[in-house]
Amino acid sequence: MEKLAPLAVAGPFLIAALFAISLPLSRRRDDLVSIFTASAGVVFVGALLVDVMGRESPVVTWVGGWEPRRGVALGISMAFDPLSTSLAVLAAVLVLAAFLFAWRYFETPGPIFHALMLVFGGAMAGFCLSGDLFNLFVFFELMSVAAYALTAYRSEESGPLQGSLTFAVSNTVGAVFILFGIALLYARTGALNFAQIGVFLAHRPADGLVVCAFAFLVIGFMVKAAVVPFHFWLADAYAVAPTPACVIFSGVMSDLGVYAIARVYWTMFDGALHEHVETLRLVFLVFGGLTALWGAAMCLAQHHLKRLLAFVTISQIGVVLIGVGLFTTTGLAAAALLIAADGLLRAGLFVAVGAVIHRTGSVNELRLRGLGREMPWPVAATFFAGALGLAGPPLLGAFSGKRLLEHAAFDIGHGWIVAVFVAATVLSAAALLRAGGRIFLGMGEPDVQDPVPFGHPHEAGDSEAETTGAPGKTPPVMVVTAGVLVAAGLVVGVLPGIVDGALDASERFTDPAAYAAAVLHGATLALPNAPTFAIDPAAIVLGLLSAGGAIAIALAVLTPRWRIRDAVPAPVGNPARRGYWALRRLHSGQAGDYVAWLSVGAATFGVLVAAATR
Amino acid sequence: MSFAPFAVAIWIFLVGLYGVVTSRHLVHLVISLSVVQSSTYLLLLGIGYRTNGAASIFVDIPPNTKAVDPVVKALTLTDIVVGATVTALLLALAVQAQKRFGTVDPDELDPLRD
Repeated sequence: MEKLAPLAVAGPFLIAALFAISLPLSRRRDDLVSIFTASAGVVFVGALLVDVMGRESPVVTWVGGWEPRRGVALGISMAFDPLSTSLAVLAAVLVLAAFLFAWRYFETPGPIFHALMLVFGGAMAGFCLSGDLFNLFVFFELMSVAAYALTAYRSEESGPLQGSLTFAVSNTVGAVFILFGIALLYARTGALNFAQIGVFLAHRPADGLVVCAFAFLVIGFMVKAAVVPFHFWLADAYAVAPTPACVIFSGVMSDLGVYAIARVYWTMFDGALHEHVETLRLVFLVFGGLTALWGAAMCLAQHHLKRLLAFVTISQIGVVLIGVGLFTTTGLAAAALLIAADGLLRAGLFVAVGAVIHRTGSVNELRLRGLGREMPWPVAATFFAGALGLAGPPLLGAFSGKRLLEHAAFDIGHGWIVAVFVAATVLSAAALLRAGGRIFLGMGEPDVQDPVPFGHPHEAGDSEAETTGAPGKTPPVMVVTAGVLVAAGLVVGVLPGIVDGALDASERFTDPAAYAAAVLHGATLALPNAPTFAIDPAAIVLGLLSAGGAIAIALAVLTPRWRIRDAVPAPVGNPARRGYWALRRLHSGQAGDYVAWLSVGAATFGVLVAAATR
Repeated sequence: MSFAPFAVAIWIFLVGLYGVVTSRHLVHLVISLSVVQSSTYLLLLGIGYRTNGAASIFVDIPPNTKAVDPVVKALTLTDIVVGATVTALLLALAVQAQKRFGTVDPDELDPLRD
């Protein structure tokens, strides 16, 4: 089975190549072939997951049969464990969902859309399964280039053009940082294999070069993950990319950046940096917390539905980074559960928003007020369920991940971060519920004008014209796709054994010695049993409070006579409002500005990491 | 082994970054970005360099001759391909901007004004 693993990458690429060289014969053929390929991908990666779950150690395969001799690896390996394979399954499922959604969404997608999506899907699979640092980089770039091209899919409009430009420029600079990190590691170790580098670095204390390499790699992946202040490109790109592509971008691509941080830390740097983990943790918690809060604050101010979802994505990436940045097994398990639940929910919400766009041709919450009532009720139900699930109501949606994250934070004495991520999830869920209340229930003041032209120009318009609105019917396939994704996101955390499975998988993921033994010697090391956590009554109460709080905030904003705005006294309210608009205006839409922020962020992160590892 | 290639790589990186940040012309922006990328070529090749090493083509030299590191060359080649792809895509966007909106100033690519 594992010998076939490269097919998860090569299969989609081959079909994509066929699309690229063939003439567009018929729309139906293109759609059917891509849906079939995507389904085959889900089945194949799912089979890999079943295979790897039944084993004690990561599954390793050497491309071309260049196996290591006496523990020295020269070949290129794919090495995957339950966590990375699960992420590949999530990516494959979302590619399939995106194709199903696109089936009835576009009026005329060219075959290049299918080719790009397949390349994107194959590259994501390769990224998750790679056991080699340089291959990770190549798949990163491949995935990114396909994503830039998808973002600029409607390049005849200025929004997608500008969004794709800022996306490409920011991420390319991020990729240069990654390559710097790879070059430094190669200079020190002469190896590119994760396990080989890890074994080499573990033997001596970290010096400046190793710390530099770590900082470079993490900065690059933070650009992809859109951690504040590297995040500016994300809202511009996700707001204008075709909605089927957004399903994948938001559902899994951003999470891959955080996955890569966890991967490089645990396989390569854990041995060298472990003694500094206390201080390093603080740096990651600050960046993660800032991202969670910034995203949540910005999404309250958005009326462009896709831009709103983009900031929800940023906020949740911050929460996932908190989980990874705790550098504990429990924290990583929490992050994995959150990636699965939130990723599926966000993807479902994007499909639901796409159905609204398909029907009405608009993405502006204020203009759409009450228009959602004409849509089939399952769309509204899906939207509300998805939004509420993000807040983590007891047992459903983000709950499992959040309760583990609470445990993990208190275990190492950083309980304060719980307040940060709970506030962030409540606020972003409230923003979505507010939008849903306006659109599907017709709540809120009629004829409110959007308070732009502050902030970003995109927020003003309905420039979203990928479909012009199809009066009459919402295709059932869209409703079903959205419903299935949201339902899966709600229940993924309550599947029997999933929490213990995640803890167990994290235990394996965070053991560099077991990883290296499997990769370099084909040996299996016994692992300690993962801890288990019963559901805490306090977590249930917090879940109820989060969900209730999100609903309360949404209702408060939507009830005109409560006049929240006037309740705040002017001396507090005015500076706060000014600061808020200043924050919004930072999202200027200029690639140059974004790269300037990226440089500032990189310098700050570098200095903090250097200080933390002294 | 001298420090010079690394200093030049850092210099090229910073100069390119300055170009990207201050750019007022899309083509200038894209070329600045490829300047940023080219710093990595120099860094990689500098790392693989061996003083007095032969080119790592072992057709007409004995197998144990001292030679420069072939792995970084492969990395650099891959990197050049990746860079060319990104540059081509971005230049296509710049052409599209000129065709549709008659401007190559990123500041004027403002969705409100179309």
